[in-house]
Amino acid sequence: MSTDSENFYAQIVNKLKNWARINSPWAIHFNSGSCNGCDIEILATLTPRYDVERLGIKLQGSPRHADVLIATGPVTLQALDRLIRVYEQMPDPKYVIAVGSCALSGGVFDGCYSVIGDLNKVIPVDVYVPGCPPRPEAIIFGVVQLLDSLKKGKKPTKIVVSNDVPELIIEEKSNGNN
Amino acid sequence: MTEAKKEKFIVPIGPQHPALKEPGNFEFTVDGEIVTDAAVRLGFVHRGIEKACENRNYTQDLYLLERVCGICSHVHATAFVLGVEKLAGVQAPPRAEAIRVLAAELERIHSHLLWFGVAAHEAGFDTLFMYTWRDREVVMDILETLSGSRVHYSVNILGGVKIDVDQKLSDLIKKDMDFLEERTEYYMKVVTTDDTFLGRTRGIGTLSKDRAKLLGAVGPTARASGVKRDIRVNAPYSGYKEFPVKMVIDQTGDLEARFVVRLKELYESYRLIREILEKIQPGEITTRIKRKIPEGEVISRVEAPRGELFYYIKSNGTEMPDRVKVRTPSLCNWGTITDVAVGHKLADMPMLLAGIDPCFSCNDRMVEIRSDSQPSQMMNWDGLRKYGIEYYR
Repeated sequence: MSTDSENFYAQIVNKLKNWARINSPWAIHFNSGSCNGCDIEILATLTPRYDVERLGIKLQGSPRHADVLIATGPVTLQALDRLIRVYEQMPDPKYVIAVGSCALSGGVFDGCYSVIGDLNKVIPVDVYVPGCPPRPEAIIFGVVQLLDSLKKGKKPTKIVVSNDVPELIIEEKSNGNN
Repeated sequence: MTEAKKEKFIVPIGPQHPALKEPGNFEFTVDGEIVTDAAVRLGFVHRGIEKACENRNYTQDLYLLERVCGICSHVHATAFVLGVEKLAGVQAPPRAEAIRVLAAELERIHSHLLWFGVAAHEAGFDTLFMYTWRDREVVMDILETLSGSRVHYSVNILGGVKIDVDQKLSDLIKKDMDFLEERTEYYMKVVTTDDTFLGRTRGIGTLSKDRAKLLGAVGPTARASGVKRDIRVNAPYSGYKEFPVKMVIDQTGDLEARFVVRLKELYESYRLIREILEKIQPGEITTRIKRKIPEGEVISRVEAPRGELFYYIKSNGTEMPDRVKVRTPSLCNWGTITDVAVGHKLADMPMLLAGIDPCFSCNDRMVEIRSDSQPSQMMNWDGLRKYGIEYYR
């Protein structure tokens, strides 16, 4: 067979794979030291009110079968090795969704001695879902954003959910001279 | 003798178990199918909260401590607030105390329903899991309407509460309680009459009264074994003085009893919530409290959905506490697992672990190490669960 036709078949297989992945992503959920709040909300997306399985999204027990890693928590030192191990066990291409404020920045646990505080410091993150904890709708929305960007073949970009976000009030710190 | 020893192998379970509160690593020594020894190792979600409390002021600590656990966040805040109020010599207004109890009981309903679903899932009864989680959304809606958040309600502030109940909301809650009561009756029927379910629960994991006392079991696990241990009754705190609860006790101490005790507690919660909504007095919901808490130390105990929650707070007269010590109920109950597991089949382990409500759920990984000659075999929590279901098919 010529290399041209080989490429042709490889392209078709890739397209087919991508199509399958977008239509039915399998997710693994890993808790890297979260308080359960996010984990319960992730579990709640499987139950009748939200029921993501009707959209083809399946929560999978084994990292070797998963396309998407849904990670929560501020990454404790104890969970660090296991998080990396789970990520490395997943077959390529793989995507990571960080759920909850802790996974974004450490949340309330910022500064604790046994947390790293940012999932992005450990593994590359594709989608962030903020909230403490985010609502199940928000988690589903995050997954949909990832799938949309996969269709277009691009990395997800920042989106504006609401325009009327109140301005941050930053406390004025007094100088040492005053 | 050496021949017999070779037959045994150790089955470590965990620690990578995402779903709930306290991930633990279990090691079951197995002789064929029967578990002969069990050990537990904890500490995988250790975040250093107690130390972090010392660097934050009391108000910040309140929000930090709520995030010890996502299932019983309100009781953690309540325990802390009650302790600090005692140190400061401040008494929350009666209406605030009633609202604290209201939120605590709503949380108990959500927690018990959550547990019931997860336990049914471990037994392979996924229909029941879906049913309970559907009904649980009713409570979640109430909590969201009440406080604005589904998980971390932040009902408490130092010196009172920040939410209030109006007539419209109270009518809504009462209507929902009727619905949930009807559903609980159905669950009770399933738990006590369904043959398949009883095969997995009746006579399994029996914990005698003496052993429960000795091992320091708390909450529904202890009460299912006939130990009269319920802080709401033994040492009423906050609004429980005004709105007393009845202790639910069972004598058998097996898994079925733990199911029945928790479901009966649901009835008690429904009754209490209705009573609070009927009798709640109008009035203030907060009192003023100073930022600096006087020097001293205090112990605060409350009844979480899983049992007694214990807080020790030491103040040094500044805005920040000197020491905060938290003892969660799940920790006390782990000890019973190592005791109860011995003599049971490996297939019973998922149900036994779920039985104490340790927040043990989906994808726990498990490695099965066979003796020298045989290759080691990898299993995850799902695998163990399926093994259990297949075994009883």
